[in-house]
Amino acid sequence: MQRIFLLTFVVAGIGAAAMAEIAPDQVLWAEDGSIQESLTDTPGNPDEGEVIMATNALGNCVACHAVEAMPDVPFQGNIAPQLDGVADRWTEAELRGIVVDAKRIFPESFMPGMYKVGPFIRPGVAYTAKPPEMPEDIKPILSAQQVEDVVAYLMTLSE
Amino acid sequence: FAFIASSASAEPVKDDQLIVNGEEEIATEAPAPPHLDGAVGDTIYSGWLFRDTETRAMQKDDFDNPMFLFVDAGIEAWNTREGTAEKSCADCHNEIEDSMKGLRAELPKVTPEGELWSLENYVNDCRTNRMGAEPWGWNSQEMKNMTAAIGVQSRGMPVAVEIDGDAAPFWEKGKDMYYTRYGQLEMSCANCHEDNFGNYIRSDHLSQGQINGFPLYRLKDQGAVSTHQRFVGCVRDTRGVPFEAGSQEFRELELYVASRGLGLLVETPAVRH
Ligand code: HEC
Ligand code: HEC
Ligand code: HEC
Repeated sequence: MQRIFLLTFVVAGIGAAAMAEIAPDQVLWAEDGSIQESLTDTPGNPDEGEVIMATNALGNCVACHAVEAMPDVPFQGNIAPQLDGVADRWTEAELRGIVVDAKRIFPESFMPGMYKVGPFIRPGVAYTAKPPEMPEDIKPILSAQQVEDVVAYLMTLSE
Repeated sequence: FAFIASSASAEPVKDDQLIVNGEEEIATEAPAPPHLDGAVGDTIYSGWLFRDTETRAMQKDDFDNPMFLFVDAGIEAWNTREGTAEKSCADCHNEIEDSMKGLRAELPKVTPEGELWSLENYVNDCRTNRMGAEPWGWNSQEMKNMTAAIGVQSRGMPVAVEIDGDAAPFWEKGKDMYYTRYGQLEMSCANCHEDNFGNYIRSDHLSQGQINGFPLYRLKDQGAVSTHQRFVGCVRDTRGVPFEAGSQEFRELELYVASRGLGLLVETPAVRH
């Protein structure tokens, strides 16, 4: 009895996840490198997005970008444009496209694709220097929900 | 934002000079070699110019430079008989100051057999084929001791690797690698060390990634770091799978990166943080 119950639960779980989230290789790109549709069913949380952008092990956007709206974050990089006012320059769909894979809008960009799993040249599993045993070992840098959180935060950066 | 404002202008330092032991002045910039075609502007800079005051100071005095412990160990090994031939390096090469002077500046180079060899290859060739001793690991402490001891004999001499003739095909491959975007972050050496030297990635002040000071002491690792070890670290940081230290690929890359420093003076053994 218990076994049947468990099985049903797991299947329902998979169904829900598949509905709620668009996988990196299923993203619907517009010609211009923007993504209209949210990657998840849950609206992005800008507070989470701010943390993700400032955290080394997550988005680490401040490694390259300065954001004056985050005065407490030390050692912001100066490689990429300052992000204040970015919501006036781009639509939400464009910002989603830039975060998922900036090379669609800026072809030679230095900015890594945050929701991209390939193709790459000699990809390793995170910073281990080890090749993946299976293609699934290459995980996107941010999850679908984290991308939505970051986009929600970027949308607050208008001047 | 004060930090950003000051870092934006944080080019290589302009108001310091590398004078070693109070007597030997080592120029830390040079006109960019013609093959770079202006890619980094007119001037190439030593990585020394991108480090903080304390780190720069350590390289100015051999007593403060932790690498000299390893140089001393290398000289001791130079004079030590080993292997089935019971010979030391000194038995064949005599004084390291004379026989090894200038060599570091010309490596890697193509052997008469047409292979591209780094200093480590030459050392292990003598150990295995002339001394009957075990080869040292590329990144072993013994190897770094010896390459530091040999390298310092060229300190102050201009980098002078050959890039034409037999070397050209290797150099071309190294150049391709330099511009290849490795790993999940899809970044090439050029993205960081050509397009962005002088800029900050978080708290890292990017240099031109020159190798004229290797092997060098890295304060963060509290130890000596070989050229290929640094390459491994930089490719790993792209979320990539590096080539092996000592591999054909990294010797080709070493030749190409060395050639981006043609005209800079050998600083072996340098200090970095
Ligand atoms: C390694 C460097 C790097 C990292 C890390 C990085 N970016 Fe970027 N980003 C760039 C560069 C360079 C550009 C400029 C576009 C180009 O490449 O020409 C850019 C452009 C942008 C733009 C457009 C800016 C404008 O003013 O037009 C946005 C928005 C952006 N990035 C957001 C992010 C977010 C969010 C993250 C983290 C999740 C991030 N970036 C991480 C390098 C980076
Ligand atoms: C039995 C003799 C012998 C011993 C012992 C020996 N070498 Fe050599 N070494 C040679 C010869 C011969 C060459 C080749 C010289 C040439 O081709 O011009 C050479 C070449 C080299 C070269 C390349 C020099 C150049 O100008 O291209 C290096 C570096 C070197 N040896 C280092 C060492 C070191 C370090 C040791 C000890 C660990 C050592 N050798 C021990 C005989 C020896
Ligand atoms: C993501 C950025 C990045 C990439 C890509 C990168 N490096 Fe680096 N590299 C660094 C940083 C940061 C340092 C430490 C600060 C400095 O010297 O620039 C460094 C240091 C070095 C150094 C030591 C310089 C010195 O004087 O101590 C060398 C050599 C080097 N890199 C070569 C390379 C090569 C070759 C490649 C390509 C295979 C490469 N790097 C790719 C970021 C990068």
